[in-house]
Amino acid sequence: MMELVCPAGTPASLRAAVDAGAHTVYCGFADDTNARNFPGLNFSRPEMAEGIAYAHARGARVLVAINTFPRAGDEATWHRAVADASTAGADAVILADLGLIAHAAEAHPGLRLHLSVQAAAANADMINFYAATFGVKRVVLPRVLSVQEIAAINREIDVESEVFVFGGLCVMTEGRCSLSSYITGRSPNMNGVCSPASHVTYTEEDDELAARLGGYTIHRSAKSEAAPYPTLCKGCFKVGPRTGYVFEDPASLDASELLPALAKAGVCALKIEGRQRSRAYVAQVVRNFRNAVEALEAGQPMPAGMLAGLTEGQSATAGAYNKIWR
Amino acid sequence: MTTLAGDTRAARPIPEIPPFLALGLRLAPSAPAGRILSEVARRILNRHPRLIERLGPYRQSRFALMATDVPISFLLDLGKDPVCVSLHAAPPEADARISGKLAALIGLVHCVWDGDALFFSRDLTIEGDTSAALALRNAIDDAELDIGAEIARLTGPLAGPAARIISLAEGLTGVPLTRTEAVR
Amino acid sequence: MDLTIGPIQGFWDADLWSAFYARLAEEPAVKRVVIGELVCSKRLPFYQDRLPEAIEQLLAGGKEVAVTSLALVTLKRERKMTADLPGLGLDVEVNDLTALAHLPDGAQFSVGPLINVYNEGTLRFLARRGAARFCLPPELPAASVERLAKAAGTIPVDVWGWGRLPLAISGRCYHARYHDRPKDQCQFVCAEDPDGLAVDTLEDQKFLAINGVQTLSAQCANMAHALDRLRHLGVSGLRLSPQSTGFFEVIGLFRDLIDGRIDAEAFSEQALPHAPGGSFCDGFIDGPSGVAWRNQIPA
Repeated sequence: MMELVCPAGTPASLRAAVDAGAHTVYCGFADDTNARNFPGLNFSRPEMAEGIAYAHARGARVLVAINTFPRAGDEATWHRAVADASTAGADAVILADLGLIAHAAEAHPGLRLHLSVQAAAANADMINFYAATFGVKRVVLPRVLSVQEIAAINREIDVESEVFVFGGLCVMTEGRCSLSSYITGRSPNMNGVCSPASHVTYTEEDDELAARLGGYTIHRSAKSEAAPYPTLCKGCFKVGPRTGYVFEDPASLDASELLPALAKAGVCALKIEGRQRSRAYVAQVVRNFRNAVEALEAGQPMPAGMLAGLTEGQSATAGAYNKIWR
Repeated sequence: MTTLAGDTRAARPIPEIPPFLALGLRLAPSAPAGRILSEVARRILNRHPRLIERLGPYRQSRFALMATDVPISFLLDLGKDPVCVSLHAAPPEADARISGKLAALIGLVHCVWDGDALFFSRDLTIEGDTSAALALRNAIDDAELDIGAEIARLTGPLAGPAARIISLAEGLTGVPLTRTEAVR
Repeated sequence: MDLTIGPIQGFWDADLWSAFYARLAEEPAVKRVVIGELVCSKRLPFYQDRLPEAIEQLLAGGKEVAVTSLALVTLKRERKMTADLPGLGLDVEVNDLTALAHLPDGAQFSVGPLINVYNEGTLRFLARRGAARFCLPPELPAASVERLAKAAGTIPVDVWGWGRLPLAISGRCYHARYHDRPKDQCQFVCAEDPDGLAVDTLEDQKFLAINGVQTLSAQCANMAHALDRLRHLGVSGLRLSPQSTGFFEVIGLFRDLIDGRIDAEAFSEQALPHAPGGSFCDGFIDGPSGVAWRNQIPA
């Protein structure tokens, strides 16, 4: 069966994900070592150890994401995160930074290493380089590849591949984007946040809701419309005479219908985004995807329309998996 | 409208508070109600010390919860020792303000609706310090709270009957007064 | 403080491209030039046959020449392009780690601004592999630049000095999307905007600029006011990013600034008419955000 890799922003979400059928849960420490460094989220050291024990007791695995890029002069914080994840019994760490991967490979030879989507390893040459140089065992593929390209990569690599199938969608190559720090001073690579809530304001003006990020208007929506979070690459902007979603519509990723194609493409694990979502959301999505991978395994058709309503702005896209998206 | 399938309560639209009840809530004396809610809040925080830890820099913040279908606002003031909940007819000063139907506010605590999903559909709006509101939402989500059970527990020996009354009220109003069973 | 001219980010007309490098070869203020296609592999065939002549002119003009890798390598032909780079006999500027996989063991190379060099561990790893020059990511604050310059020791470290900032790279082409064309049938419409196409907010704030699959800042980075600071931090050079007009005036002004003939105030005043987008930013180095100019966020 394809492995389901599910998000947990809190210990309650971790338990909810495991109980709902997650094979694997990924989570991070409550600091800037992980890419969902949001207020009120993530795990203290004792919570991590408890969470891992809970998952292991029920046959599930836990991956610890340490997927930001260590700050110069402060690498010890990231090194400690890797050591603590290892001590807590993590089944693998998910890393993005070249220097941190080199450190982990040297200091923790027994620790399984996964290459984060933030490492942007988008072709077989780069993946094989990481595998040969550091013994990386799995790569999370960037969300810029089509299913055909994923299949081609899998034919040329020996490591496992994991792909995102549901949740928030980055339109830029992850780990290669500094739009957020350009506008707010805080970025995924350096701070583990994109379009941070601390820089968001919502203001009602003339029957419209203006959503601004760092003072820049990302959306204006009529009172009756859905109000997308002002993620800066999913805003409505003006280019020349036209106005529209220049980079991406405020949609989120739903590749549930592509599961058979992804299985055929040699993908071994399916990742659900959403460590910032509630435990209700996590449980719901995990349960539906578990049913889907079980149906797939049994050779039955995919349950249809199972996730409508859980996506941002109530619309979904299969993203780069369909080549036309580009 | 955004709902989660799998929980029959969630499958219904977010209910309005029935007018007779809204009137009742408006006429209810706010001082005793505030005292009861403050006591509930203190008990919850005592039983869930990690909730406050999780708030990090916002553990002293003031949060206004403003019901849009009932002329009532709650102020949760974590800066006061002990923690204090007060009721207000007009929106109070606060670091962050979260508004929505009373049922949406209570349902959020009970994990019936997903905060992000409610927000995308505009069933909830946030003003002021968005970061503080987010921290509160995440901390509450992790604490797996049950306000109905806490209130019932307050009644001591009458906890059993109180729980039945709360369950009845939930059935009549559609407001999710207890934690959902659909998600642990 | 040396001046390095980065690769052209936009898609330029081939004659303009040739004239640019011919003139650059004669420009005494420039020490180093990085040439080649950074953004989109589909553009390369339009000027590929002119590369040898341009490189020859630059070398004859006494410039050090490096050839850049693509910023994002996914397709088969892009992997081949990247694998072929070391064979050109020039210094390779790695802007996607794929290029590293193709460099022979022990070969020297340069590390470009699109490689995530955020800390000493990464810098040292790359130095052990043969990195002989770094241009740091534009996102880095002064404290990081200082530590990295120190960790680099004798290896020269440059920072972004001028031009619209490369903020993101994507699989999707925004120029094609804007013109309602599939990426495969883009008809090279990005050539209409050799310095990027402005993206404004609904309230007419200058926000970003698109350049095919790349997203640039709307504002032009200008590190003139940080020059002395950067010297003290141990930075050895500035990277200037080419633009289709006014670029040689900008080079001249930088030389005047570095040699002390004008101050940063005068530089900025005289350079502003040449700034793509018509405004400056320098906030990544020590401002509240990248878009800030001299600690002020534009209104």
